Amino acid sequence: MINKIVRTMADAMQGIADGATVLVGGFGSVGQPDALIDGLIEQGAKDLTIVANNAGTGRTGLARLMELGRVRKIICSYPRSAGSVVFEELYKAGKLELEIVPQGTLAERMRAAGAGVPAFYTPTGYGTLLAEGKPTAEFNGKPCVLETALHGDVALVQGLAGDRWGNLTYRRSGRNFNPVMAMAAALTIVQVDELAPLGTLDPEQVVTPGIFVDRVIHIPQAA
Amino acid sequence: MSEAAFTPLSRKQMAARVAQDIPEGWYVNLGIGIPTLVADFVPAGREVVFHSENGVLGMGPAPAPEDADPWLINAGKQQVTLVRGGAYVHHADSFAMIRGGHLDLCVLGAFEVAENGDIANWATSANDSAPAVGGAMDLSAGARRLWVVMEHTTKEGAPRLVRRCSYPLTAMGSVRRVYTNLAVLDVTPEGFAVVEMAPGLTLEALQARTDAPLRMAAKTEGSL
Repeated sequence: MINKIVRTMADAMQGIADGATVLVGGFGSVGQPDALIDGLIEQGAKDLTIVANNAGTGRTGLARLMELGRVRKIICSYPRSAGSVVFEELYKAGKLELEIVPQGTLAERMRAAGAGVPAFYTPTGYGTLLAEGKPTAEFNGKPCVLETALHGDVALVQGLAGDRWGNLTYRRSGRNFNPVMAMAAALTIVQVDELAPLGTLDPEQVVTPGIFVDRVIHIPQAA
Repeated sequence: MSEAAFTPLSRKQMAARVAQDIPEGWYVNLGIGIPTLVADFVPAGREVVFHSENGVLGMGPAPAPEDADPWLINAGKQQVTLVRGGAYVHHADSFAMIRGGHLDLCVLGAFEVAENGDIANWATSANDSAPAVGGAMDLSAGARRLWVVMEHTTKEGAPRLVRRCSYPLTAMGSVRRVYTNLAVLDVTPEGFAVVEMAPGLTLEALQARTDAPLRMAAKTEGSL
């Protein structure tokens, strides 16, 4: 019997290695797998590369992971936002490597990784600082930049409902990066608000099918 | 030398002026700041579909306090609503809508716009300690039309409509039209063409506040 549901956070986090690239879902705090981030903090892996749209706020979650010195590099589109104090301190002190990626390119690089496309050309960023040093080519008169797939060793994802095969639904704008990150990682770990018995999720409503998911842990959200 | 008195547009008037030019049926992405206000001025009954980069197509206004939903936010991370007919998508699909040329229009703010349509709106210097680009480059390169809405000059009075951008570029040659507190201008192969000016303003006074050379647009020129 296939059963991807794990009972403890320790089981969910098992095997995340030092030096891993970890994809973290969410746009700001919406759709961000807070319990899994806390689990990663507890688990202890270090020298991590974190891929996320934002670089954490306050001193909890991603910001806490960075403050503990566990993050070597962050790849994101919008690191600086209200309350991103830890990021700004560490970056200014030279203790954190930063790769800025246009938001759509960030999403597409992960989609490409999940889809087996090693690289792609995009018009986004052509002629800007973010394209410096990258190969370019023109298609139908449009100059484009070559971008490479972005693979994760691990993805931390938040879903609404999940079943023991790992099929997932999402909640409103909490979907954001979660489905592409689920596709792009070797080990995809999901926290869900609701556990669904197999066969009860409407197949038409499943956004991430279980083939992209390795572990599911039930973390009921406060309403 | 004294100038004739003129009345600059307020932020709300600028947003309303942009909204006036958005026809029914367009799919539109609005950036943060004055662009966000544009949605408030689209006349009731004119169906325009607003896109938010974080996977919302058919975004509606802020909710009443009792309907607040923490799971439904816009690109500025403010709570919003979904209109009837709206849909949610994931990030790669949301940016496929942008990059794939499916959006009729994107309206952004900017630091500078150049007469060749270059836009600079994400970093204030090449050494910006930690710049944040978000979706600005994707939107600028991908939307079918890019309009910019911004103050005509900086707070210190320096021109923001320039021959060449001095700030790091967001995209090259993308801006189609600029709405400022002083004028509406089209970006043409011959540079900026003034479509209209704030009440009482002369072309000379506008030129004095603009780095790039200006000319009046021919009546037939103003195509969206």
